[in-house]
Amino acid sequence: METEKPARRRETEDRRNEGIASGVEGFNERARRAVNDQQLHDSIELFTHKSVAGRNAVLNALPEAPELRERAYRIKQETMANLDRYLEQMADAVEARGGNVFFATDGEDAVRYIGDLAREKGAKVITKSKSMATEEIELNRRLEEDYSDLGLEIVETDLGEWIAQLAGDTPSHIVGPILHMNRKRITEVLSRTAGEELPPDVEALGSFARRRLREKFVTADIGITGANFGVAETGTVATITNEGNARLVTSVPPVHVVVMGIEKLVPRFTDLSVFVRLLARSGTGQKLTVYTNFITGPRGEGELDGAEEFHLILMDNGRSKLLGTEFEEALYCIRCGACLNVCPVYRQTGGHAYGSTYSGPIGAVITPLLKGQGEAKDLPHASSLCGACWEACPVGIPLHDLLLKLRNQQVEEGLAGKAQEIAFKGFESTMKRPVLYRISSRAGRLAQKPLKKDRPLPGPLGAWTGSRDLPPLAEKSFRELWKEGI
Amino acid sequence: MATAKETILWRIRHATRDVPEAESPEDVPVKRGYRTEDEATREEIVSRFAERTAEYEAEVHRVGHDELPRAIQQALKRRGVRRLVVPPYLPKDWIPDGVEAMRDAASPQLTKEELDESDGVLTGCALGIAQTGTIVLDAGRAQGRRALTLLPDYHLCVVREEQIVGLVPEAFARLEEMVKSEGRAVTFISGPSATSDIELNRVEGVHGPRTLEVLIVG
Repeated sequence: METEKPARRRETEDRRNEGIASGVEGFNERARRAVNDQQLHDSIELFTHKSVAGRNAVLNALPEAPELRERAYRIKQETMANLDRYLEQMADAVEARGGNVFFATDGEDAVRYIGDLAREKGAKVITKSKSMATEEIELNRRLEEDYSDLGLEIVETDLGEWIAQLAGDTPSHIVGPILHMNRKRITEVLSRTAGEELPPDVEALGSFARRRLREKFVTADIGITGANFGVAETGTVATITNEGNARLVTSVPPVHVVVMGIEKLVPRFTDLSVFVRLLARSGTGQKLTVYTNFITGPRGEGELDGAEEFHLILMDNGRSKLLGTEFEEALYCIRCGACLNVCPVYRQTGGHAYGSTYSGPIGAVITPLLKGQGEAKDLPHASSLCGACWEACPVGIPLHDLLLKLRNQQVEEGLAGKAQEIAFKGFESTMKRPVLYRISSRAGRLAQKPLKKDRPLPGPLGAWTGSRDLPPLAEKSFRELWKEGI
Repeated sequence: MATAKETILWRIRHATRDVPEAESPEDVPVKRGYRTEDEATREEIVSRFAERTAEYEAEVHRVGHDELPRAIQQALKRRGVRRLVVPPYLPKDWIPDGVEAMRDAASPQLTKEELDESDGVLTGCALGIAQTGTIVLDAGRAQGRRALTLLPDYHLCVVREEQIVGLVPEAFARLEEMVKSEGRAVTFISGPSATSDIELNRVEGVHGPRTLEVLIVG
């Protein structure tokens, strides 16, 4: 018996205002706390280390991997240049199969559509398969609050996502939502739900989840999924999971709702062969994910399988703003999480420090772009610009370059902090005049003398040295050495 | 007032206005130079399929056409299956004596509870993919609806050798026509249902069958 409603609020801290609707200031403070959390650090280290090793092994075993990456980039580029046509084509294809299509300009639109549908159907239980798009619009919370009269029970069915839901927590990684929780914590959460002490044994915890979630699957009135990919020419939606939960969510309840970002399109059915391989190999180090599902509309005439009703929500929520800009490539992302796993900043701080649905390098890029630069000023600076993210990205998004462009835009729009502005402007004007550069680097060597020994920089520049040692400048510059014949 | 659809499409057209009006996507072809056909021999492809499927801890046996009913009987016996879920159009001689066949049909359908309480399911498949050790189901003959291969804890799958393709793109090419004309649901299954959400420890069968067994017939 379910005696306890899932705790929807985090016990220690109200994170509700950190969703897509509000700003995500405070990266530095959260990161500082995260860096000092040894348990968190160990969990992240384990996850990212194994993920990177697994990914490298399977990608090296596929001779055409570099070529697939290039293809994926080109296919996405072509898709974005013609996104209006492809969206209409997909909508037409789904409608021709008897499905419903709804265009949502933002999260509000999507929530209202689903809430109204739940009311119309008299739905009580909704099962969900893990979806970043629904996390982005805080679908669960908003349905529970805005449609509280319906008394909906919304159940996440991905094991990690379900545990996060029960703990009142948010996912900290695109692929491994609860990598920040250790077994002890997970056992506590599941024991509380079970109403009895469960052993801290993964098999036992898995069995409990199987039993409890099975009850929900068979009683669900509506199933909600995201879409890993949508195919314009056929109206097909791909949902990809290792557990098989998306397959249950889409085949058992009579109504299936898909919330898909408009950038998830690919033109042709055969394009999927490129993307499903890259996603599995980059995300989880598998040749293919265990259950790779393709659903084309509702159950057809005389067909045995599928939901009786199929609703596709094509959601913009800020994405179209990126089209045709220098940031368009950020829309190519297939949400594999590879850039998080290799990022030296993510590996120190974990996902929650970013304070947004999307963390890691891709989160640092798309959060300010979707929300507006003024709302997430810290994030473009949550990077060392080492470029590991770009190298890991299976569709070749130049993430480090986009981060730099975002920083530059902040300076141009007067959003940057004083320290960055001084640094950027100073660097720019000095680099333009070689004489000034020579003088300043000499002056710097003299000026650094009182600072060298672990002392922070004064004034607004102190933030820089708060987390780093100031590297000493060389006694002689390269230019000076070159002149002297090195 | 503009509909949301008009608003979104206008935003996109405005943003991509530098794309020439007369240009259609086909004018800018995307090169696809990756391998689309496996050059290995049939035997190599079939052995690779057997090998890769077994890597997922699935039990795999290769049997001749004549031996199939006996191989099915032995597999079910080993597993202790008494109540077997049977999809529509499963060949009659596949169902051994002494096993209770729970037949699913368009009507009446087995209930979710009946599926949940069965001992296993026996199906054919649409395709096998050697490159990834994948079984493809497309709700076609002898496969049934998706719930049949999800709710029971044991899945015994029969794959004919000629259904096995070498590479992932070959599978998509073979499925393309059916998806366009009939739009049936397709599932690629690569190993048993699994999660690694708890400290990256692998747990099998969180939702789908915990045990997958494959009989390759040829």
